[in-house]
Amino acid sequence: MNTTLLLVQGLNGLQFGVLLFLVAAGLTLVFGVMDFINLAHGVQYMVGAYLGASLAALTGSFWLGLLLALPAALVFGLVLEFLVFRHLYDRDHLSQVLATFGVILFLNEGVKVVFGAAPMQMPVPELLSGGVPLMDGLLYPTYRLAILAAGLATAALLWFLVERTRAGMLVRAGATNAPMVTALGVDIRRLFMLVFGFGAMLAGFAGVMAAPILSVEPGMGDNLLILAFVVIVIGGIGSVRGAFVAALLVGLVETIGRGLMPDLMRLFMDASSARQTGAALASMLVYIVMAAILAFRPAGLFPARA
Amino acid sequence: MAETLLALHSLRKSFGGLLVTDDVTLDVRQGEIHALIGPNGAGKTTLIHQISGTLAPDAGRIRFLGEDITSLSMPARARRGLARSFQITSVIPSFSALENAALAVQARQGSSFRFFRAASREAALNAEAMEALAEVGLDARAGTPAAALSHGERRQLEIAIALAMRPRALLLDEPLAGTGPEEAERLIRLLSGLRARYAVLLVEHDMQAVFALADRISVLAQGRVIATGTPAQIRADAAVRDAYLGEEEAL
Amino acid sequence: MSNPRLWLPLLVFAGLAAAPFLGLGQGHSLTLLARGMIFGLAAVSLMLLVGGAGLVSLGHAAMMGMGAYAVVVLDHAGITEAWMVFPAGILAAALFALLTGAIAIRTSGVHFIMITLAFGQMAFFTTSSLAVYGGDDGYTLFSRTEVFGARWLENRLIFHFVCLGLLVACWALVQVLLESRFGRVLRAARENETRARALGFSPTPYRLLAYVIAGAMGGLAGVLLANSAEFVAPAYLAWQRSGDLLFMVILGGLAGPHGALVGALAFVLVEEWLSHAMEHWRLVFGPLLILCVFFLRGGIVGLLRRG
Repeated sequence: MNTTLLLVQGLNGLQFGVLLFLVAAGLTLVFGVMDFINLAHGVQYMVGAYLGASLAALTGSFWLGLLLALPAALVFGLVLEFLVFRHLYDRDHLSQVLATFGVILFLNEGVKVVFGAAPMQMPVPELLSGGVPLMDGLLYPTYRLAILAAGLATAALLWFLVERTRAGMLVRAGATNAPMVTALGVDIRRLFMLVFGFGAMLAGFAGVMAAPILSVEPGMGDNLLILAFVVIVIGGIGSVRGAFVAALLVGLVETIGRGLMPDLMRLFMDASSARQTGAALASMLVYIVMAAILAFRPAGLFPARA
Repeated sequence: MAETLLALHSLRKSFGGLLVTDDVTLDVRQGEIHALIGPNGAGKTTLIHQISGTLAPDAGRIRFLGEDITSLSMPARARRGLARSFQITSVIPSFSALENAALAVQARQGSSFRFFRAASREAALNAEAMEALAEVGLDARAGTPAAALSHGERRQLEIAIALAMRPRALLLDEPLAGTGPEEAERLIRLLSGLRARYAVLLVEHDMQAVFALADRISVLAQGRVIATGTPAQIRADAAVRDAYLGEEEAL
Repeated sequence: MSNPRLWLPLLVFAGLAAAPFLGLGQGHSLTLLARGMIFGLAAVSLMLLVGGAGLVSLGHAAMMGMGAYAVVVLDHAGITEAWMVFPAGILAAALFALLTGAIAIRTSGVHFIMITLAFGQMAFFTTSSLAVYGGDDGYTLFSRTEVFGARWLENRLIFHFVCLGLLVACWALVQVLLESRFGRVLRAARENETRARALGFSPTPYRLLAYVIAGAMGGLAGVLLANSAEFVAPAYLAWQRSGDLLFMVILGGLAGPHGALVGALAFVLVEEWLSHAMEHWRLVFGPLLILCVFFLRGGIVGLLRRG
């Protein structure tokens, strides 16, 4: 493993990290503000990818596809909120886990019925195709850099919204002390809906952006969901800042681990089993990190509730 | 003088910049009811929390039965014979009154890793639990789930649970809170009868009850003990009048 | 007899015992019933955690996986004797539960759900990496477990009654545990941890032991599942499987182990029926789960009690 490869892995890790952050941000806000576990947040990411891919195919343009997919993802999130989630706010976590598990089963099957079981492709837009020479002999895909930039920009926007606006102030207050916000005369249901729709749109945005580099297929949100949960638990539930730090950490650990582990394992075993064992160890790495962090800081790195 | 069971030495605790327990030293002796009074926010509940082990003090020592228990956990203190009741009733709602008390008996016997015999049919547990219930006058309601008891009955159950632990000392955090006059009177009679067997530290807002029950009273204001003495001494204390009694005009 | 805690399981057990003689003797129905009983066993063990100790584990499938992979490891080494296989599966799962539980029990609520999920995923990825045992593709057993060298478990009828017997035993064990002194402390700590601590109980050792016992029973279910399918794959440990198990417990109702039992059987049967009736059966099954959560608050057992 040389520095060039490490740099590429590092960039890939950061890029995966910002995608994770977009999904985890909605999850942690919904969780922090409403005390609501939404397992279905991952399928919202999947639905975003499907919406982007199909709308891009329909309009023949990546940009139109992206532009249309965002409001569509928002509407989709609000419909889910109206049909399912709002009936679960005052139920226990167990009920929330189970009902949103049902949503996953339905939607994973639903996209299969609507779009077919075969993976869909979304082309990389002309403008962002090709690569950027980062150093001698290293051409890094422009699109991946664009994802990184868009993700960081969204993170900055989110930071501004949460830290600097009145709605953001309420969201933060809600994450620390929901009864107090209600006491201030704020319609908490309205706030919930707002946060929910926004979270769904962020997840959808991540889905559209990931669509050109991943295959769009049923169940694509499941593994990401689990990683997003790892992120918010490591970061501290309800903390956007924690989600950001943890998302980058998980993205890097996951990606660099995948790159390094098989090589590392080759020191101990033959090539083919090193590849397999290394990949498995790499998959386990984030969970080991999480277990280690929780063992020492049971409330995560940046607990929102003191 | 009777044996000192529980002693606090220079206890100190602050939250952020706020000193809520400021150099508190006091003791509770066998056979007395020592009442702790003070205006709201004086730090009474924080002090109870530190004695029972829910909160760790920043500085100072707590000795119980001659042993330094400052760094022991709440369960460890309970096992040494320090029982507490809670300001807001804390029972196991789905358990019957009898089961609540029997759980306390079981805790004292220290043998809860028993797996195969139905606990509800253990005569030894139930007999002692029943005794505790009878002592507080709740034996007729033994089979009723705690959730279905009236507020006053739950206050009685709270005390029965503490008694079933057969403790050496009792920490009672506002046992009369939220009770009606008749219930209060019954509880006062009950508490008065306990004095002979235990060392009791009583936090209570009801001044009539405090002056009727207490052998000694300590007055807490802004985290400090400003006076300790017999009810007569406290009534006559000028500092206490200024800090507390004057504003309430309860006497 | 108004309390379904006893008569309901007895009715179910009687029905399961009679099933082979009531025209359900064909291969497929018996396989299905065995599957129902095996998941019933796993659900009953999970019930001890969720309903008894208040520990919502989203990683219980890993316990079954430990049991199933113990069968695989021994099978690969040529060992198929029941007196080796069953204890190995149970011990493997108990050990896994002890190690992961010691960390997980330190957390509570949502964090506990997440950390059990994380440990489940770790086990899942570990099994996918075991190239010797087929990796992602899974491992086909050479033969079912033997008893003193006799291939009794190959006989569907015998296997049916072995599953039934173990199910009854585990149900009875959980029932007895919950009523014992130990179970009383568990339940008290679930309902009011502060009170339990103020009485002198430190909940951790009780919860850890419950976690290990439930894990061991999950391992037993895994050994049976491996034998029933004569095949083991990492999919047995997938987090969705843990979600299924959790749902079985809730579907039945948290009132006691009888709820988990009924929930598991209902779940397996409905899943089977739907998957035969239509291709995209999850389109119906998903909303069905949601509706159950919305309207079936006391679970199936709650319905029976009201009715």
